[in-house]
Amino acid sequence: MVQPSPFVVNMGPQHPSTHGVLRLRLVLDGESVLDIEAVLGYLHSSKEKLQETHTYLQTIPVTDRMDYLSSMTNNLGCALAIEKLAGIPVPDRATYIRVIMSELQRIASHCAALGFFFNDMGAWHSPLMYFLQQREKVLDIFEMVCGARLTYNYIRPGGVSQDLPPEFYPVVTKFLDELPRTLDEMEQYLWDNEIVRSRTVNIGVLPRELAINSSVTGPVLRGSGVKWDIRKADPYCFFDRFDFNVPVGEKGDCFDRFMVRLYELRESIKILRQAMEQLPPGPWRSEVPVIFRPQAGDAYGHIESPRGELGYYLVSDGSVSPWRFHVRAPSFINLTALREMVIGHKLADVAVIVGSLDVVMGEVDR
Amino acid sequence: MQELILSMLVGRAPDWVVVFVTSLLGVVAIFTFVIFSNLAAVWIERRLLGRFQIRSGPNRTGPEGLLQPLADALKVVGKEAIMPFAVDKWVYLAAPAAVFAPAILSFAVIPYAPGLTLLNIDVGILFLGAVGSVGVVPIFMAGWSSNNKYSLLGAMRAIAVTVSYEIPLILSLIGILVLGATLHLETLVEYQIEHGWFLFLQPLAFIIFFIAGSAELNRTPTDIMEGESELTAGFHTEYSGFKFTLFYLAEYTHVLAFSAVIVTLFMGGWGSGPGLDLIPPALWFAAKMYLIFCVFVWTRATLPRMRIDQLMGFAWKFLIPLTLMNILITAIEVYVGLASIPIFLINTVLAAVLVVLWTRVVSVRGVAVNRSEYVARMMSQPTGQAGR
Amino acid sequence: MTRSFTGDEFAAAIRRSFPGAVIQSERDAVVVQREAVRDICFYLRDNPELQFDFLSSVTATDYVDYFEVVYHLFSIAHNHSAVLKAWAEGRTNPWVPSVVAVWKGADLQEREMWDLLGVRCEGHPNLKRIMMWEGYPGHPLRKDFLEFDHRTFQAALQPTES
Repeated sequence: MVQPSPFVVNMGPQHPSTHGVLRLRLVLDGESVLDIEAVLGYLHSSKEKLQETHTYLQTIPVTDRMDYLSSMTNNLGCALAIEKLAGIPVPDRATYIRVIMSELQRIASHCAALGFFFNDMGAWHSPLMYFLQQREKVLDIFEMVCGARLTYNYIRPGGVSQDLPPEFYPVVTKFLDELPRTLDEMEQYLWDNEIVRSRTVNIGVLPRELAINSSVTGPVLRGSGVKWDIRKADPYCFFDRFDFNVPVGEKGDCFDRFMVRLYELRESIKILRQAMEQLPPGPWRSEVPVIFRPQAGDAYGHIESPRGELGYYLVSDGSVSPWRFHVRAPSFINLTALREMVIGHKLADVAVIVGSLDVVMGEVDR
Repeated sequence: MQELILSMLVGRAPDWVVVFVTSLLGVVAIFTFVIFSNLAAVWIERRLLGRFQIRSGPNRTGPEGLLQPLADALKVVGKEAIMPFAVDKWVYLAAPAAVFAPAILSFAVIPYAPGLTLLNIDVGILFLGAVGSVGVVPIFMAGWSSNNKYSLLGAMRAIAVTVSYEIPLILSLIGILVLGATLHLETLVEYQIEHGWFLFLQPLAFIIFFIAGSAELNRTPTDIMEGESELTAGFHTEYSGFKFTLFYLAEYTHVLAFSAVIVTLFMGGWGSGPGLDLIPPALWFAAKMYLIFCVFVWTRATLPRMRIDQLMGFAWKFLIPLTLMNILITAIEVYVGLASIPIFLINTVLAAVLVVLWTRVVSVRGVAVNRSEYVARMMSQPTGQAGR
Repeated sequence: MTRSFTGDEFAAAIRRSFPGAVIQSERDAVVVQREAVRDICFYLRDNPELQFDFLSSVTATDYVDYFEVVYHLFSIAHNHSAVLKAWAEGRTNPWVPSVVAVWKGADLQEREMWDLLGVRCEGHPNLKRIMMWEGYPGHPLRKDFLEFDHRTFQAALQPTES
C-alpha cells in the first residue's frame, strides 16, 4: 500500500517573498503545512557586541541599520534610553521634531509594508508602485532635512542633529494634503476585492490570549483585538498632547492586520498636522558633550515603532561605552507566533502570513 | 496571392507539389507572424504593465524601447545553459521544445482573411481543444525531470488547474456551436459577420472563455503554476539560457494563440463594419488580436493571485454551472428561433443576473461587512484590555 | 502613563507569597533567587492584582563573575510594569529556569540568550542556537570572546561539539 508521506521544503533564505534572508523549513503534506520552523541568523552582524566598543553618540548610526525600513524610530528609541540612563534633558522643539519625524517614518514604513504585502499575494507590483510613490515623497522630505534617504542618524541624545529647513513646512503640508487621496484609492481597490478577501480573511488567525502571551506587539497585537499602543499606554515625547485614535482589529487574521496598518497611516496624518501646528521655536538640541560618561546603572527605553514595541536595554558601567546594549526587536519576537498562525494553512498562505507580520531581517538578526 | 501561385503551378506540377508549396509558404508566413507577434507582445506587455504601475516601461533601448525584446532575446540566449546533475536528461531537454509545439499549432486553423486559412479542416474547434489539452504534458515533463521539489509542486498544480479549466473552456464554446451549427472556423466567422459577433450574442460564454483561458495560460490572477512569490519559478525553475527562452516564448505564443482564437470565435475574426473593407482584413484581425492581448495584460496588472484550492473551487463550482446554464438558454433561444437582437438582449441581461445570483451562492467572502461599520468598530475599542 | 513598580514595592509584592526569594531590591528592579524564578513568574502572571501578562523582554548581561538575567514585565490589563532580575553564578555553566511555560514570548529570546551568552535555560523545549549555527565554538556576546582573528575563525569552521 503506498503511503503518502510529508515532505520537507525549504523556503529561502533567497526567495522573492521572504522579506529578506528569512529561511523557513516547512513540512508539507501536499499543499497543507504541517510544521514550520524559522531558521534565523543569516543577517546576524553582532551589532550588540559592536555597540560595546562605541561611545554613546556612536551607537546611534548603528541603530539605523537594524530596522532599516524605519530608521528614525530606531534612533528615537536609542536616544530615549540614553537620555534616561544619563539624565539628559531635551528641549521642547526637539521633542516635537522627533514626533514629526517618527510619524513621517511610520507613514513611509507602513506604505512599504502594505505594498510588499500585496506583492506577496501576487498583485504584480501594481499596488506596490502606488504605495512606494508616497513613500518616495517621505524619503525626499527626509533627504531635505538630514541628507539621507534610508539611514538618517538624525535623532541624537539631547535632541536632533540639525534644525528643520524653512521649506519643510510647505512641503510636508502639501504631502499631507495629497496623501489621503491615494489612501482612499487603495482602500477602495482593496477593500472589496474578492481575491484579496479570500486570500486574507481567516488566514493566519492569532487569538488574543495567545498574542499577549507570545509577546507580539504592534499592528499584529492590535489586529488580534488588544488595544495596546505605547504611544497611548506609556506616552513618550508628548504623545499625550495629541488627539489620535488607535485602530484595533477583531479576529487577528491577515485582513485585520492590513486594515490596522492602513488606518494607522491615517492617524499618523492627524498627529503630524497637530505636531506641526504646535511646533514651538527654540533650541533643537541641548548641550551634550560628544563623549560623556553616564552613571553606572541600567535603563530600558521603549517606543512604538511601525513594527511593534522597540525597546533598548542599556547597562552602563560609568565609562564612555555601554557595558551591555540589548535591542528588544519587535520583528524577532513577533516570529514567536508564526508557527501557530501558519499550521493548517496552505503553502500559498505562508507568504501572505509572513508578509502580514512585516518582519525586517535587520532587526530580527541584528 | 494564392491564386497567383496556384496559377503558376497548377498546369505545370503534380498536385502534391502545389499543396506542399502553398502549405510551406503558409507555415513560413505564420511562423514569421508568430515570432514578430511575440516580440511585439513582449514590448506591449512591459510598456503597458509599466503604465499601469505609474512608471514608464523600458524606454531606453531603441526609440521608445522598441528594441527591448531583441535585447532580452540576445541576453537570454547568451546565458550559460546550466543543466543540474540529477535531472532526467532526455525528458528535461525535450520539454521546452514540446511545450512550444502545441502553442504554435493553434495558429494553423485560424482564418486570417477571407479564404486564408492554413489548415481548413471541418472540425476546427475540436482541433483547438485537442491541441490545448496536449499542452499540459510538456509542463509536467519539465517539472518532473527537474528533480526539484519546487518544480514538482509547480507541475502538479499545473496539471490540476489545466485539466480543471479545460471543461469550462470547451463547454462555453458549445453555445457558439449551437448558434452557428458548425465546427468549421471560417463558417463561424462568416456567421458572425452576418449575424453579429458572438461577443454580443454570447457574453457569458465570452467571459467564461476568457477566464478559463487565462487560467490555462498561466496568467495572473491564476498564475499559480509559476507563482513567483511562492515557488520562485515553478516548473521552469531549473531552466536557464536558451531552454528558458523557449518556455518564455511558448508562454507568449500561447497567449497570442488564445487571443487569436478569441478574436475568431467571439469578435468576428477578420470582419469589420460596412465600408471599412478598405483596410485589409488581415490587419483588422491582427489589430483585434493585439487588443485582446492588451486585455490580458490589463488583468495581470490589476488582480492579485488566487490560491490553488480557491482556483479549483472557482472552476468547478462557479464556472461549470454557468456554462451549463448558458448552453440551456442558447438552445432554447435557437429552438424558438429568435433573431440576433433579441438574443443579444436576453443573453446580456441573463448573463448579468446569473453571475450576480450565482456569486451569492458560492462566494468565499463570507458575511458582507459594511466598510464604515468595520472602521467604526476598529476605532472605538476600549483601551487596553479589549473585552477582558 | 505606565506605572513602574519601584524596587521596594515590587519586593514587597513578591515577599507576600515568596518570603525568602528576594535577594536584594535595587532602585527599579528586584533580584530574586534563580530557583524561584519560574514559580514567581507564574504567580506574577496569574495574581489578579498584579497580572503581568506581557513579557516585554528577557535578556542577560555578562558581569564577568556572574550573569544577570533581566525580565521586563508589563501588565496590559492594569498598565503597570516591573523589572525582575536573577543571578547565575560562574562562567562554566550558568543557568536559569526557563519561563517559556509562563510566557511563550520568551521562546526565541531565551534561545538567543543561550546562543550568544551561554546562559542555559533549564526546561526550555527547544534550546538550540538561533543566530549562530550548531557547532559554533563559544558564545560571541561574552566579554571573554576573542575579537575576530583567523585562528578563531578556522576553529569556528571545524565541526565541534557545542
